[in-house]
Amino acid sequence: MINFKRAIRDIHQNRMLNTITVVTISFAVLIVSSFMLFFANADDILNSWKKGIRIIAYLKPDIPDPEITEIQEKILEMYGVQKVNYISSSQALETLKEQMKRQASLLDNLDTNPLPDSYEILMKPTFRRWDKVEDLAKQITLLDAVGDVEYGQGWLSRFSNIFDLFRVLGYAMVGIFFMAAVFIVANTARLVLYARKDEVDIMRLVGATNSFIKAPFYIGGLLQGVAGGILGLTALFCFYVIIATNISQGFAVGLIQIKFLSIQASGVVLIGSTFAGWLGCYISLRQLLK
Amino acid sequence: MIESNAGDAIIRIFHVHKHYGAKKALIDITLDIPKNEFLFVTGQSGAGKSTLLKLLYLGEAASEGHVLLDGMNLSRIPNNRMPMVRRKIGVIFQDYKLIPTKTVFENVAIVLEAMGRKSRLIQKKVNNLLRTVGMEDRAQSYPPSLSGGEQQRIAVARAVAGDPKIILADEPTGSLDPESAEIIMDLLKGIHRRGATIIIATHDHEMIRKTGGKICKLDQGRLVDFKKADMIL
Ligand SMILES: Nc1ncnc2c1ncn2[C@@H]1O[C@H](COP(=O)(O)OP(=O)(O)OP(=O)(O)O)[C@@H](O)[C@H]1O
Ligand SMILES: [Mg+2]
Repeated sequence: MINFKRAIRDIHQNRMLNTITVVTISFAVLIVSSFMLFFANADDILNSWKKGIRIIAYLKPDIPDPEITEIQEKILEMYGVQKVNYISSSQALETLKEQMKRQASLLDNLDTNPLPDSYEILMKPTFRRWDKVEDLAKQITLLDAVGDVEYGQGWLSRFSNIFDLFRVLGYAMVGIFFMAAVFIVANTARLVLYARKDEVDIMRLVGATNSFIKAPFYIGGLLQGVAGGILGLTALFCFYVIIATNISQGFAVGLIQIKFLSIQASGVVLIGSTFAGWLGCYISLRQLLK
Repeated sequence: MIESNAGDAIIRIFHVHKHYGAKKALIDITLDIPKNEFLFVTGQSGAGKSTLLKLLYLGEAASEGHVLLDGMNLSRIPNNRMPMVRRKIGVIFQDYKLIPTKTVFENVAIVLEAMGRKSRLIQKKVNNLLRTVGMEDRAQSYPPSLSGGEQQRIAVARAVAGDPKIILADEPTGSLDPESAEIIMDLLKGIHRRGATIIIATHDHEMIRKTGGKICKLDQGRLVDFKKADMIL
């Protein structure tokens, strides 16, 4: 406790330097957590899109019912298939009518239903990738009863690959900004230590141990880390609120819903910045006080 | 008048030399200082008084020879044991060595904080000491705002705060008026009475005469005399 008091006293004495350090750390935290926020939301959107990845297999006309269930079974046995929905031509027409709403009356005049029967094939989550979808689609085309196969959203897979690359870049950025935070704290500790060389020498002469001398520095570093983390996250939250309200007012409501970092993710950021504070001190003190 | 009631040697200095480059600050000093001794170290300016004290409080290492303090060989003390040795010793530095950015109170308290004392006890003890040296109303001042004599009194308070076995004082009354000097000397005598060993570097023969004890004289780094204080007149 007495060390805590000493640390507070020291921080008070070096207000300016400590403030600058905390603000700089909070910038690093802001940047890192912005990345995390972006990825968390992009992941969500991407996953909901990926759920929509599916193959539609249109059947040739006049396939008898028993064969329809047989084929359904065959497809279901294929590698990576999660679910197969049979959509009869009449069901398809109903859906089309619903989608067209006002123009649906156009369809009322049709004598025969021009739409084919079809299967909607959903894939297991791990197979929702471009190359897998393509493979599966080829396999399905080989079935006699199947006329045509449609599988869109290949762009999504490709986008997803680019996105993964982007994510690696994100991790690298997180690493860089973590090191930046460590460096900043180390530098502050070093400056303070230089400014107090005489004081440290005197403390030694009156019988202070190294750990007694170091304690306030460590506490100071941890506090800088915590304060920087909280400040950075608070700033992020403010930006988030501003952006979130703008999006929900501007764009179609409900189309994009962005969320803030989870408690766990915020906790990780805070622990990270605190650790950076500690590590910065450790590096400086190890160099300067053997 | 203090009498030498010497017990076993608490400090043994054995063929010690100290060089600063080519400058020889101490030359072949051999000296036993008994427990509870009241010793004055005298000599002209530059004779090596401060240097001798520095070797004792681990401010410097001897270039040659050995210093034994309370049974420990100071030339073989590992860094991590130094604080323990220094806590046996209270030092009044010639240049005071107060921390300018800490208050008078904090400057004295730091010794006890470093020893891990409880803060209530520290509060009481420091206030008592400041009262003894007549500085209680300056507890919240910073050293640079004090006169030399006032700083010296703080330095004395800090030196005795940890109840050390040995007090090393480098000109402890150098910038004090006779009354203040008297107070400081009485304080040191009180600590001596409780069993501590006191070593004072000084030019002040008047003080030596009034106090008694032993005297050791340095001249250009050599020990030239070691005798009872009442022998000089
Ligand atoms: N760090 C140092 N580097 C070089 N020379 C030094 C150093 N410290 C002391 N000396 C020299 O060693 C000699 C003894 O110095 P010391 O400070 O022990 O003298 P002193 O007896 O305490 O003198 P004073 O009465 O003026 O305080 C002096 O000649 C001094 O110049
Ligand atoms: Mg001197």
